Amino acid sequence: MTTIQIRGGRLIDPAQDLDTVGDLWLARGRILGLGSVGEDPDLVIDAGGMIVCPGLIDVHVHLREPGNEEDETIASGARAALAGGVTSVACMPNTRPAIDTQAAAEFVVLQARRARQANVFPVGAVSKERKGQELAELGQLVAGGAVAFTDDGAPVASASLMRRALEYSRMFDRVVMQHCQVPELTDGGVMNEGFESMRLGLGGMPAAAEDIMVARDIRLAEITGGRLHIQHISTARSVELVREGKRRGVRVTAEACPHHFSLTDESLRSFDSNFKMNPPLRTHADVEAVIAGLKDDTIEILATDHAPHAREKKMRELDLAPFGIVGLETLLPITIKCLIEPGHLTWPEVIRKLTVNAAQLLKLDQKGTFRPGSDADVTIIDPRVEWTIDSSEFHSRSRNTPFEGWKVRGRAHAAIVAGELRYSRDPRFAEAARA
Amino acid sequence: MERVQLGERPRSRPAETSWHGPHLLGLEDLSRAEIESILDQADALARELAASRKKLLDLQGRVVFNLFFENSTRTRTSFSLASKRLSADTQDFSPGGSSLSKGESFIDTAKNLEAMGADILVVRHPTPGTPRLLSQNVGCAIVNAGDGAHEHPTQALLDLLTIRRAKGRIEGLTVGLLGDIAHSRVARSNIWGLLKLGARVILCGPPTLVPRGWERLACEVAYHLDEVLPRCDVINVLRIQFERQQNALFPSVGEYSHFYMMTQERIKAARPDLLMLAPGPINRGVELTPEVADGPHSAILDQVANGLAVRMAVLSMLCRGLDASRAGRAAPGGG
Repeated sequence: MTTIQIRGGRLIDPAQDLDTVGDLWLARGRILGLGSVGEDPDLVIDAGGMIVCPGLIDVHVHLREPGNEEDETIASGARAALAGGVTSVACMPNTRPAIDTQAAAEFVVLQARRARQANVFPVGAVSKERKGQELAELGQLVAGGAVAFTDDGAPVASASLMRRALEYSRMFDRVVMQHCQVPELTDGGVMNEGFESMRLGLGGMPAAAEDIMVARDIRLAEITGGRLHIQHISTARSVELVREGKRRGVRVTAEACPHHFSLTDESLRSFDSNFKMNPPLRTHADVEAVIAGLKDDTIEILATDHAPHAREKKMRELDLAPFGIVGLETLLPITIKCLIEPGHLTWPEVIRKLTVNAAQLLKLDQKGTFRPGSDADVTIIDPRVEWTIDSSEFHSRSRNTPFEGWKVRGRAHAAIVAGELRYSRDPRFAEAARA
Repeated sequence: MERVQLGERPRSRPAETSWHGPHLLGLEDLSRAEIESILDQADALARELAASRKKLLDLQGRVVFNLFFENSTRTRTSFSLASKRLSADTQDFSPGGSSLSKGESFIDTAKNLEAMGADILVVRHPTPGTPRLLSQNVGCAIVNAGDGAHEHPTQALLDLLTIRRAKGRIEGLTVGLLGDIAHSRVARSNIWGLLKLGARVILCGPPTLVPRGWERLACEVAYHLDEVLPRCDVINVLRIQFERQQNALFPSVGEYSHFYMMTQERIKAARPDLLMLAPGPINRGVELTPEVADGPHSAILDQVANGLAVRMAVLSMLCRGLDASRAGRAAPGGG
């Protein structure tokens, strides 16, 4: 299939401040242009009533391969991404073994190519074996396809190692993504420390554990000139620290996850491990601060922290169950419900945080926009369809969602990657999408 | 014959406000009327126990498992004896040496016990919320015998019963909870029970053991025992949970005792009718001196006796609830 015409959709491309109804043309794996381009389409997709935007990019997912294929594989995770409307993901290196060498990064790239679903970009480890002792071979990781560095799953606890990482990574102009948390303050914690943890008798993880490392790393980014990205920001004070760092000109960005702007620590009253994640669900005041940060662009990126865990691991006693929830297939509906429907953000503002801003973070220059010649990655969203979240329908291997049974509106209708229709809910195109 | 006779046992509360399960997970979930109905039943049983050694038949044909994932001697023994005095078939099940150490999940373990015909599972577990998760995954009635630092409802009920039998009331009393509030399930269950029954609650201990936030529930927080003890009608001396502390939360046992140990000197400064409880096991010489533990203010052994009555009341009332819910299960959605 070479030429695709996507007809009559609402075309939203924040990179070009574009929001108009019209046709989008793709050919030979590239964006051809808008309007009429004088080619005969091989495939016409009617997008009337739909939103058509550059393929969504999720800068924070865990695909568990190699090492924990019972939770997820690169193929299943990349398929779940497409079902959620995400055409590119950046996968975290906390696999077994960790993605800390060129060979390991190339394995991810190769498995993703075999799977032929969403694009998968490996994020390399900051430290060898993610032990937080010595720098990994960052340059060779880049050569193997790594688009950023992180020890995510755990923070880079050592201030001196973090400083070296921010300094050294400047030679590639690649970002260091940090899971900000002072480990000795969260040891033994299960949930946010506060009134709720006190009444439930559960171990607490204080907001200050995040705030302290955010403050430290912003200063380290400032003195090194490195690029710092704050992952899954969750506290009011951290949002304020990032806001203030940006004001000073520090190269710092931040992402927020749907669960941190839709749920609070009161959910733990159910003792359901699907509400156990790291960073933990916080208070109403923190949720409001995250939303305020999304509104004023202190937080310029939306990401899922998709963290699949097999049922037998997650259905354990709360302190033994692992942290994390799946997120790829609920990203759009939860964002619509909690950001767009209440009027916090518009569609173009949401799409900007999931396309061009994410592409800039990872330096994916050919992605995140409809500029002619860009990669033909497109997401088509049905913004009106009403449905109920049912984890048994997930494409992910895991089912650990806190949003089970939520009545939501809007979902991905189709996803095109490199000019190929790889996912579609339309039965007429389903076969083409499976091919 | 005997069943009829037992059916005539006085029940001082009308059935509609009376607690009937389906589980006992914590006192936070119960209303004042429900808590009082359990205390009334336990009070009646305590009198009956004092008067006669005869077994009751409330749980005849019932199977009660004590599923203890954490060490316990007195609570498990008390539950066992309570089941036996009510004529249940009772069996202890502890994970040591069982398939749990081979990796079986706690839910699978409970389902196995259910398949053996368990009507009631008495569960102790080091993780908060585990009894609640079991209640959602098995069909038996669950009694929480202590889940981590969350709740220990029968302990609080026996504390309440001990206070009520000694003082004649709970409403309006000032009750101090002394020591390790942070790690104590006994403290949490006591707080809910005491607040619901109208007592004034003072939490006293070092700030590292008394988490911030209880003020929001109208508890008074104090760090100096000598300042608040004279106002207390009751003082409940909690055990230092050495096994639950990951870090040293106070400089030394000596310093702790200096500030918080119940001594004769402190008793002299307290009200003459001070009632002193201690859920045990007590650390003599740390939380209280031997002469105080064995002294006239101490209700420690009354608590143990009342514990048996409370657990019998809970098991018996749960069984009545089981009967009612099984009778109603024929209706759609009744399960």
